[in-house]
Amino acid sequence: MKKRWYDYLWVVELTYLVLGFFNILFAWLGLVFFFIPLIISAACGTKGYCNRYCGRGQIFGLLGGRFGLSRKKDIPRWMKSKWFRYGFLIFFFVMFSQMLWNTYLVFAGVRNPRQVVTLLWTFKLPWHWAYHGTIFHPGVAQFAFGFYSVMLTSTVLGLFTMVLFKPRGWCVYCPMGTMTQLICKAKNGKG
Amino acid sequence: MTMRKKRRAVVDDSACVACGCCVKVCPMSAIQIWRGIRAAVNAEQCVGCGKCAKECPASVIEIQEARA
Repeated sequence: MKKRWYDYLWVVELTYLVLGFFNILFAWLGLVFFFIPLIISAACGTKGYCNRYCGRGQIFGLLGGRFGLSRKKDIPRWMKSKWFRYGFLIFFFVMFSQMLWNTYLVFAGVRNPRQVVTLLWTFKLPWHWAYHGTIFHPGVAQFAFGFYSVMLTSTVLGLFTMVLFKPRGWCVYCPMGTMTQLICKAKNGKG
Repeated sequence: MTMRKKRRAVVDDSACVACGCCVKVCPMSAIQIWRGIRAAVNAEQCVGCGKCAKECPASVIEIQEARA
């Protein structure tokens, strides 16, 4: 099958993840991966981002497919149930709100920024080597740490799902995918 | 007279996440994502090769035999 330019967007995703190891402020660029899917689904009523442009899905596809790092087994029934998908979306929203609240506290001067990346909402990894100060408010850095934590957590979860089940198993419960599908349902009718 | 049986991909609409993995692998371009909600198979074009079923991360595509 002929490759298109968007089949190489995994390079962008990989670059993003690598940049976060050198300067955490690059994490802000990740907002693009949040807003583009939402804009496409709200404006066009399609899941064009998942279908074509998701670099993260492409990474899982490559590692699990071409590099064979996947068992290629069926995902458990409960993981594709609406309960789990919508439940995970709500959980994701709650954790995201908590991250925004922590950012607000730093902006408000109540708390000092913490130079850690929190993996799987639990494990605090030291990440001070990727912070070289900022000309902006420390809250800007706090958001970067928090947002990069979200991105790295979803990557790690996606890798686990890739290894255990099918390469793009993450797509089944990816909060962005669930959210854009809901937007499409609201826009286009239930189908 | 024997009836010829044709194999076709059938999608479980309610569990489809509309990720589009099936679209990418279909050699006949017989499957599309319908309005960002679910995958839709064009029964005329589908040859039942099963690539989509194998690829589907949610395993919601089955190859079924249908009388042609």
